[in-house]
This record gives sequence, C-alpha cells and structure tokens, in this order.
Amino acid sequence: MTRYAAPGEAGSVVSYRPRYDHFIGGEYVPPASGKYFENPTPVTGQTFTEIARGTADDVDRAVAAAEGASAAWGRTSAGERASILNKIADRIEQNLEMIAVAESWENGKPVRETLAADIPLAVDHFRYFAGAIRAQEGSISQIDDDTVAYHFHEPLGVVGQIIPWNFPILMATWKLAPALAAGNCVVLKPAEQTPASIHVVMELIADLLPPGVINVVNGFGVEAGKPLAQNKGIRKVAFTGETTTGRLIMQYASENLIPVTLELGGKSPNIFFGDVADHNDAFYNKAQEGFAMFALNQGEVCTCPSRALIQSSIYDKFLGDGVERVKAIKQGHPLDTDTQVGAQASNDQFEKILSYIDIGKQEGAKVLAGGEKAELSGELSGGFYVQPTIFEGDNKMRIFQEEIFGPVVSVTKFDDYDDAIKTANDTLYGLGAGVWSRSGDTAYRAGRDIQAGRVWTNCYHAYPAHAAFGGYKQSGVGRENHKMMLDHYQQTKNLLVSYSPDALGFF
Amino acid sequence: MSTARVDVSEAAAGMLRQLTEEHGPLMFHQSGGCCDGSSPMCYPDGEFRTGHSDVHLGDLVIDGIEKPIGFWMSASQFEYWSHTHLTVDLVKGRGSGFSLEAPEGFRFMIRSRLFTEDELNDLPALISH
Repeated sequence: MTRYAAPGEAGSVVSYRPRYDHFIGGEYVPPASGKYFENPTPVTGQTFTEIARGTADDVDRAVAAAEGASAAWGRTSAGERASILNKIADRIEQNLEMIAVAESWENGKPVRETLAADIPLAVDHFRYFAGAIRAQEGSISQIDDDTVAYHFHEPLGVVGQIIPWNFPILMATWKLAPALAAGNCVVLKPAEQTPASIHVVMELIADLLPPGVINVVNGFGVEAGKPLAQNKGIRKVAFTGETTTGRLIMQYASENLIPVTLELGGKSPNIFFGDVADHNDAFYNKAQEGFAMFALNQGEVCTCPSRALIQSSIYDKFLGDGVERVKAIKQGHPLDTDTQVGAQASNDQFEKILSYIDIGKQEGAKVLAGGEKAELSGELSGGFYVQPTIFEGDNKMRIFQEEIFGPVVSVTKFDDYDDAIKTANDTLYGLGAGVWSRSGDTAYRAGRDIQAGRVWTNCYHAYPAHAAFGGYKQSGVGRENHKMMLDHYQQTKNLLVSYSPDALGFF
Repeated sequence: MSTARVDVSEAAAGMLRQLTEEHGPLMFHQSGGCCDGSSPMCYPDGEFRTGHSDVHLGDLVIDGIEKPIGFWMSASQFEYWSHTHLTVDLVKGRGSGFSLEAPEGFRFMIRSRLFTEDELNDLPALISH
C-alpha cells in the first residue's frame, strides 16, 4: 500500500500551478474577461488552483488560431501526423505517474485506476489512431471504360469538442486522437468540474504540436461551451454529457449545418443468467466482480451497470454473495493505492445521488447495502463520499430508469430469457449492457437482442481501442474508440474523372 | 385548484430572481443521461427548442418574477416520473451543461416525493406541443 502525497505537498510527484490560462495558438493566454474561477478537489473540498473563465471572445480567438493552423495541418501526410501522435503517447507514458496523481486529485477517483486504466488507455489511444490513419485508404471505382471515380478522405477543418469530467484525460483523448489523426485542428472545452488536469498534459506535449492544432478554452458551459457549439468557424461538434445539453448542441449545430456526435449516457443492464452459478469456480468469482462493477469510478460512468438483472433460479445465492462482495469494497483516500472507491466529483453530484437514494427508498426499494453518505474522517470529512449502495426493486421505479451517476445498483429478478431481454430493453437508453452466461448460444443471442451499442459479454468496463463504443436510442449518435471514427472527422472528396476526348452530345 | 406537479424551494427561487434580472425570462428542461443529467437545466426562455417529444409539467410562479417559468421534460422520460412530485432546489456546486446558474457556484437539482392517492386524482391535464 502506497499513499501518494497530494499535489504540491512535500514529496508529491506533481504540483499544480496556482492558476491556469487558456492554451491558444501554442501558448498560454489570459482570458479576455480577466476572470478566473476556483477549482476545488473533491477529495477534501478545498480549492487547489484557479482556472481561466472563458467567454465567446476566447473561443473566437481559439477558433481563429485553429483556422490558421488547419490548412497546413490538413496537408501533412498521415505518416507525419502518426509520428506526432506516437510522440504524444510516449510523452504521456513517460510521465504516467505524475498525470495519474494529478487527475485523481482533481476528479476524486482512486489513483490505482488512473495508474492502471485511465492514463495507460489514453497512451494506447493515441498509438491506435496513429496506426489507423496510416492504414486508411481511399478508394477507386472504374465507372466505365472512360470514367474513374477517385475517393479521398479529407479533414473537416476545425472541430469543437466539449468533454465531461468523469474521465478528464481519457475523455479528452477519445476526442482529440481521432480528430487530429484525421487532419483536423481542435478547440477543446474541458468540463468546469475538472478543468486543470488537461493542462498538466498540455504542458508536457505542447512542443510536439504546431501552434493552433490543439487549443484549450476553459470556462463554464453557458459562457464558453455555448459559443463554441455555435461558432461559425467549426465544421463539427462532438459532445459527451447529458441528454438535454446534447439536444441543445444539436440545435446549435443545425444553425450552421454541421454534423454532431453525441454520447449521452445510459442505464445499462447487467444480466446474470442462471448457469453462471452452475459451479463455484473462477468464472463465478468473475461474475461476482462483474456485479460489483457498478462501483467503479464511483459509478460516474455513462455505462455504469446500474441495473442488475439476476435470473430467479440463482437470485438468492448470487445476490447474497454480491452483497458481501460490495460490503467488502474499500472506500477511502483516493491517493491510497488500496482505495477502490473514492470521492464523487463535486458537491452537486453528491447531493443528486443522495436525492436518488431518497426517492428509491420512498418508492419502496429495499436497501441491501449502503444507502447513506459515507462519513470519512480527518481531512476527508469535507469531501464528497457516498457508500456503495444496493437497492432491490422493480424496473419501473425511477431508480431503475434514471442515471444516478453514483455507486448505486438497482437489482431485480427475471424468470426466463424473454423476460430478461424485455426488462433489459425497457429503458430510454442503449449505451452499454453486460451479459453473463456459460452458454455461448445464450450469450450471443442476448447480445444481439439487447438494444445497446456495447454489450460486454462475460466481462464489463473494458474500453480497449479498436472496439467501437457508442449508443442506441437516447444514448447518442456516433461511435468512438474505433477507426470508423475517422469517418466522423473526415469528409469524402470524389473526383469523377473522364478520360474521354469526346463531347457527350448534349449541347 | 388542482395539485401542482412541480414546485420551487426558497433557495432556488432566490437564484431564479437573480438569473431573471441578468438574463430575462427563463425556462427549465429536465435532462436525463449521464454527467450533469438527471437534473433540471435552466435557460433563457425559448433558448431550448421544445417540441412534440416534450411535455410541459407546469409553471413556477415566483414572487418578483413577472413571467412564470415553464418546466419541461421529454415525454418518454415523463412516463417514469408522472407519479412523483418535483421540487426544484438549489445546492452549492459546479454543474456543467449550459445551465445558467453554474457560473454562480450553484446547481439546480430536483427533490422528489411520491404523490398521494388524492393528489394523483387531482392532477391537471398535461400540455404538450
């Protein structure tokens, strides 16, 4: 067990500056308004830095910088861009521990995860898209003896990206890597709950990029995000967040007729078929861990397996074991490498989760574990901690239908396969799902019948590059983590060429 | 007078008075989804285009604010909410999305309770587009 020192403390691997400006045109520039806002750590509730409060003027400046860089960047070869993305990956990997501790402090998530998952995944993502763009080809069709159609992938130009706070560095990477690989320049607006850790990364990689290729404008959604989504200079906007904001961004995008990709959340069902308990073996143990996965990242994941559907034949046994598993979860200081569940990202998230626990109790759901805020002592007493919670109820309750975005799972039973699928699909969302079965047939059929873009089969919460990720239904539009994303960030140029010397005979 | 579906706390009303002074008439749309979802978003009235897929739960009538503030939700989401009464409250926070109160260091949120049998029989018909 190691306990990392908090950023800035003696012996810490990282420190934050007291203040961060915007990163525009390759350098740090102060906000036009001259205003900054405080950034607290959810670990203790204390402010640790202040961040530029961006406005439309800053966004305009960033878009102009991106426009200035985009012709040259768009004309670089795939090899040149891939080389830069690989260098970014290397630079992040060389500074992994420092970035991991910085991100954990800002978001409240356990450092064991930023070290083992968030940052390594980000490194790999840049490498994946470096490879994908090298291997991308256009196409050629011979239309007839005289006519050939040539298809080229061309960048869009400048793109706007608005990202959430739950995986600050990884969410930035999921958006930046494909956009840059495809030859676009970016204006990125980080979430105001986690506005600083991206700058720890930007300071490390700034020298690798031509000025204006990546621009970071911080600020509040209504003051900086809105002007970005509405900006006439961007050719696409990408957003991960909630449904109403997603709709609003689509509205803004429609003003300028630009495409939008959205990832808007889910209420992912985790389905445990009876055969899972056929043996008390490694697989059963794995399925138990799968059940407890709702607590990963404090439940602040769009694909949180927040509904557990357990077949009636094994319900009492599986759930009984699951409750014990969850009660054993280690909640504590996020910078302890033993900690499994840390702090929620902000006070308003904390309050929202507690209000859902309250409505769950009001609706008659039974609390099998947790159900309260977590009282942590010492410096953590000002932080935002919620006990991992298990509710038992039915799928029509609000806690089964709405994203709580906390370490809360709602459990219900199902009788047979059809019942499982019906309940699984009885949701407005369709981002993730988990299917657990020893039978390949059952697992395959269930995966194809569930209306979700990502069906984890005998696993959960894995996000490797090269596995497409995105939503059905109200969970959004478009896919990430896969080379198909290059299409989202490019447009097709068709050169339709005639090799005939003769007129057609029209005029 | 039928039962209201949605009310507002004193704290939220105070913030809404402040925001109305700054931005003019306001509206709410309840967001689903991740991150800052499962929470009401406050916009200048008309900024968010409601349509056939939304329902209007009611208006928040607040002292000092001339135009009552419309509260909207998507119809599909409302099906799961219709048995609960909602109060718009305010907590300290740092929400994102484009909701107007976020720069002030606060966040609107919903506190819910179940309607009683009597209340359920007394609810007004809903208006949608």
